[in-house]
Amino acid sequence: MRTATIPKVTRQRTGFSPWNAVRSSFNFLRGNWLFTLGLSLLLALFLFGAIGSMMVDPDRSEMGAVPLNLPPSWDNPLGTEGFGRDLYTLMVLGIPNTFKIGLLAGGVGVLIGVVIGLMAGYYRGFADVAFSSLADVMLVIPALAILITVSAYVRSMTVELMALIVGLLAWPLPARVVRAQTLSLRERLFVQVARLSGQSDLEILFVQILPNLLSYLAAAFVGSVSSGILAAVGLEVLGLGPQLVPTVGRTLYQAFSRSAMGRGMWWWWGPPVVILAIIFAGLFLMSISLDKYANPRLKGAERG
Amino acid sequence: MRGVDVRYFLKRLGMFVFVVFVATSVNFFIPRMAPGNPIGAITSRMAQASAGIENGEAMFEAYRERFGLNKPLYVQYFTYLRNTLRLDLGYSLSAYPAGVWEIIRPSIAWTLGLVTISVIITFVLGVIAGALLAWKHTPALVKMFIPVTMIFAALPYYLLALLLLFALAYTSKIFPMSGAYDSRMTPGFTLVFWRDVAYHAVLPALSIILSSLGFWALNMRGLMVNTIGEDYMLLAEAKGLKKARILWWYAVRNAIPSQLTQLAITLGHVVSGAILVEIIFAYPGLGYMLYMAITNSDYTVIQGITFILSVSVGLAVLIVDLLYPRLDPRVNYVTENSG
Amino acid sequence: MISEVQSKSIAGNGAANASKVLEVRNLQVNYHTARGPVRAVNGVSFFLKAGERLGLVGESGSGKTTIALSLMRLIQEPAVIEGGEVLLDGTDLLRLSEEEMRRARFADIALIPQGAMNSLNPMMKIGEQLRDTIRAHTSESSKAMLDTRIEAVLESVDLRADVMESYPHELSGGMKQRVCIAMGILLSPKVIVADEPTSALDVVVQRQVMETLGRVQKKLGAAVILVGHDMGLMAQFVDRIGVMYGGKLVEVSPVRDIFKDPLHPYTQMLIGSLPTLNSKEIFKGIPGLTPSLLTPPPGCMFHPRCPHAMDHCSVQIPPLEEIKPDRWVACHLYNGSLS
Repeated sequence: MRTATIPKVTRQRTGFSPWNAVRSSFNFLRGNWLFTLGLSLLLALFLFGAIGSMMVDPDRSEMGAVPLNLPPSWDNPLGTEGFGRDLYTLMVLGIPNTFKIGLLAGGVGVLIGVVIGLMAGYYRGFADVAFSSLADVMLVIPALAILITVSAYVRSMTVELMALIVGLLAWPLPARVVRAQTLSLRERLFVQVARLSGQSDLEILFVQILPNLLSYLAAAFVGSVSSGILAAVGLEVLGLGPQLVPTVGRTLYQAFSRSAMGRGMWWWWGPPVVILAIIFAGLFLMSISLDKYANPRLKGAERG
Repeated sequence: MRGVDVRYFLKRLGMFVFVVFVATSVNFFIPRMAPGNPIGAITSRMAQASAGIENGEAMFEAYRERFGLNKPLYVQYFTYLRNTLRLDLGYSLSAYPAGVWEIIRPSIAWTLGLVTISVIITFVLGVIAGALLAWKHTPALVKMFIPVTMIFAALPYYLLALLLLFALAYTSKIFPMSGAYDSRMTPGFTLVFWRDVAYHAVLPALSIILSSLGFWALNMRGLMVNTIGEDYMLLAEAKGLKKARILWWYAVRNAIPSQLTQLAITLGHVVSGAILVEIIFAYPGLGYMLYMAITNSDYTVIQGITFILSVSVGLAVLIVDLLYPRLDPRVNYVTENSG
Repeated sequence: MISEVQSKSIAGNGAANASKVLEVRNLQVNYHTARGPVRAVNGVSFFLKAGERLGLVGESGSGKTTIALSLMRLIQEPAVIEGGEVLLDGTDLLRLSEEEMRRARFADIALIPQGAMNSLNPMMKIGEQLRDTIRAHTSESSKAMLDTRIEAVLESVDLRADVMESYPHELSGGMKQRVCIAMGILLSPKVIVADEPTSALDVVVQRQVMETLGRVQKKLGAAVILVGHDMGLMAQFVDRIGVMYGGKLVEVSPVRDIFKDPLHPYTQMLIGSLPTLNSKEIFKGIPGLTPSLLTPPPGCMFHPRCPHAMDHCSVQIPPLEEIKPDRWVACHLYNGSLS
């Protein structure tokens, strides 16, 4: 008896082209003012940092390069701090570092979370129980406490290393949601059909299930970047961040440990606060507008 | 059959035990995985410190025995687990020979007080704000006022703490800049003392509350929108119940359990933020102790605090989980879908 | 505004001389959508005699549930009651203030909702929800007095008093529906609107529930409007049937007449489509699609699908007229508009 060959089911990619992607992104931006505003804030700040970094003299960010504790002036637009560094240079050099950390940590967190979530939700079984329990525990234990414990032992912290460590603790939340989504998606008809038509599990995961999660992933990424920067700056403010490169959090840490506020040196602790406020405001605006994607309502998805 | 289902109880308890286990293991393995043999550094530091005290040698030897430092790794691990559960967390490196538990025990109450009060206030206010935002009969003025508080939601606790410190403590001197109580006071159960404590707690608590409120209100509002669409709301209105009763007893009452589970999930995050807030206000809780320990490279204290923090949050989550069936009578019959 | 049971003496089987307890005149309800108003209820008029049972049938989207909810002013955005009168014992419910309407709900006109599964507050005990109903309408606050009354009502729907201590999820579908019935008759209303009360139940339970409903209604002397699409159920329960199509009433007649001698072409096709035990023919449906309520066809709503459609039908909307005693039809075939 011969069995007929059933053609493999592949996801229809109707109209998927780079041009379409650009166009639909543009439409999205136009329709979501809050998102665009937030993104613009971040972009503007980043460009300020990136372009500024090319224009400033990095030596001025070394200790003792300029006179100590001077208020803002023409020479030093943001004044100088207690170690003889020019604050403007520090800020400009520090901004791209913050973005780097955020993007790296956010990316790592979401990446790991997605992989674990997909596997756990699709294959179930023991691995699922193990990872889910681990994820639940990681959500309970205060992340900062663990980060501190880990960072305390690291001899020389670099930007990349810190981003990696922070990212490694960020996966439980996306993993949870991706797992829940995968659980429900795998029961859907199109997945059953794909399985019957012989598509391999991996193909199903990446070609059938994952594309349905893209909108959530975008929102999750923004959230992950946000919490990544939050945690990273938190570590920096505690003095556990990279010590050899200028970071916004390190400046705050040093300002605080030298009682800058008490000494009235608002230019030392003020600019970092403002920069951080802008970053978080921008991320906040973006995540608010993505809120409807960040909370996929399983019941609604079924009916929809 | 109502009341706490035994299986549910055991499952939640199991999760708590697992949390304790993971926290302890993390503390055990991380120093041993870090480059540069920090364990060796710790023990030699202790040895040095012991040399300078009476009976130091004997004490150090006893410590090595107790923690099985000369035994194979797996024995050390179980010894460590056992000791930790007995709250024998070793000695502080910078305050040797003071025990870790001795040092951190007084701070626990401060952190507990600050976080608990802040969380309760935020939760209650969030529920009310969210409910009012979602209800169609709320006057527009009220509805516009609430999102104003959301402005603070963007900022992490420590940024808000810095701003509040500057605005309300440093410049306008309305609130104190640091501490849990005036250092000139003697602690005791007097009204004067507690008033001072409250006075000192306002800014730290406010940092946490203002920053979290936006999220809770929005979350509640989302839950309310779902709840309001349910069929029992129709019948409630059809029955001719008064609007207020429908809002609080039929809508809010049904949205609260979900809000509570969300709370349990975010408690870890709240505590993380509270750590930094304490540092900024030099509030003598676990967070501040942690900061001092970091400055002194007092690894044992760092580990001890991490452990206590993890266990505390785990315990709080356990309590919330156990309270949950009392709030949602359906829970015993519904199997959970996570973990 | 709790009424005493007045119409008991007039008998509960819809005697021809009974007074009209409910009169609906030209009810107009629109759903406001982005593409314009959808006329869900398009000028519907009918009456209900005291103690009578009226069935309201129609396809999904014919407007019957909207009518049921509008009678109690439970319609929500984006639906709006645009016009008409709903006279309950002479008082126009649509003209009452919010508070007066609230008081009238369940006290004068009650609702037994579709899907009792979800219509009961999952977080409240049954007893509390029943007490709620009474408390909203009286100043009676003694729990004992309330409970006595509630227990009596529960007994009349064949439920034990201990059901008061249960939560909704602990009851079966039939029991929940009976709780809803009990709730509906608790304040002795004059009119009971039952919106497909049994569609979620299996046939056996269905019968029991309908039996219960019929029994309590008779004892109360209340009039019932039963909304549904199960013709078999209607045949066994109601005295008269109103047939809805496209937001309009096309025929209102005593139940026997509807089955034996349907007048309106739609009713004829509806009756014709009902399978009988004897026939072995292929099922007959009604060809065509349900009309758009956004852009309704000109003239009679049914004319595009009507086998007897004439030119006149696409021009003028036929009014609902009593062409024979107690037989109302909206069709040009009968109203003598052609000659």
